[in-house]
Amino acid sequence: MEASLSGFGGVLPWARRMIVDRRRWLTAEEFTEILSLCQFLPGPNIVNVSICVGTRFYGLRGALVAFVGLMLAPFFLVLTLGALYTQFSEVPAVGALFRGISAAAAGLIVAMGLQMAASRQLRSVMAAFVVITFVAIAIVRVPLVALMLGIAPVSVAAAWWRRR
Amino acid sequence: MSDSVLAQLALDFAALSLVAVGGAVAVLPEMHRNVVEIHGWMSATQFADLFALAQASPGPNVLVVSLIGWKVAGIAGAVVATLAICVPSCILTYAVSGAWQRFREAPWRAAIQGGLVPVTVGLMLASGYLITRSADHSITAFAITIITAMGVMMTRIHPLWLIAAAGLAGLAGFV
Repeated sequence: MEASLSGFGGVLPWARRMIVDRRRWLTAEEFTEILSLCQFLPGPNIVNVSICVGTRFYGLRGALVAFVGLMLAPFFLVLTLGALYTQFSEVPAVGALFRGISAAAAGLIVAMGLQMAASRQLRSVMAAFVVITFVAIAIVRVPLVALMLGIAPVSVAAAWWRRR
Repeated sequence: MSDSVLAQLALDFAALSLVAVGGAVAVLPEMHRNVVEIHGWMSATQFADLFALAQASPGPNVLVVSLIGWKVAGIAGAVVATLAICVPSCILTYAVSGAWQRFREAPWRAAIQGGLVPVTVGLMLASGYLITRSADHSITAFAITIITAMGVMMTRIHPLWLIAAAGLAGLAGFV
């Protein structure tokens, strides 16, 4: 399990393909169920998925193995890249390369945010909480903990009220 | 590197772990606030570069945290920061995963989920905004950000190709 989990490199769609399509550890419904829980809980989503899947099959031991298997190889890979970056960041060509890559990486996040914002669920009064969160964090620079304590309960209450 | 820096890293990221609804990317603005604005451990550009590195490298997005820890306090910093962001939420997940099935139909569950979605989306948009401001210092860089975002949303091109193309554009001296 450790070997196979380290193989997938951690990107969510690949994880799904391995767990559901290839190894048949879980059905598609079970995977979606686990994913929705892990997106709902705080923390890195894919790490939470590895904990849930590992727990399901081997308890605490499975969770630990799945976590280490998921993180270990990418951890050293990214640190190697980081070392190379630091070593060569003074080289003009590397700086130029990174100006391009950083701009594209920012674009990926912008796209992810916009795609999530287009969700049908948000075409309602709930969209106000998207705007409030954005302004509070991006413009006013409110600490995240304050936002979570201040805005999230109001948002949850609004969702509760709308469901009645 | 002194122990107090390691302790600060552990404290910052452990706190983030428990509010990181929506994953590591959602808390980028808060990491930026801690690492760049409060502690001054690195510049906004370095922060954007580390983030780009984590995106371009295979593996979970959360590895940006490992890079930040490493930049601040070497390999010990990387280990401490990575464990700090993962362990608290892992313990919570481990504890909750069993009980979750039982409450699948509970109305309060749907309300919590429905209430957190807009907050998560707002956080994602804030991340995109802040990382764009840190990364883009020219009109062409800004254009690359927009083209990449549109490429992801409107085509089925694998994002790594877009990153590679942007790297080439940078190398060629356009950015």
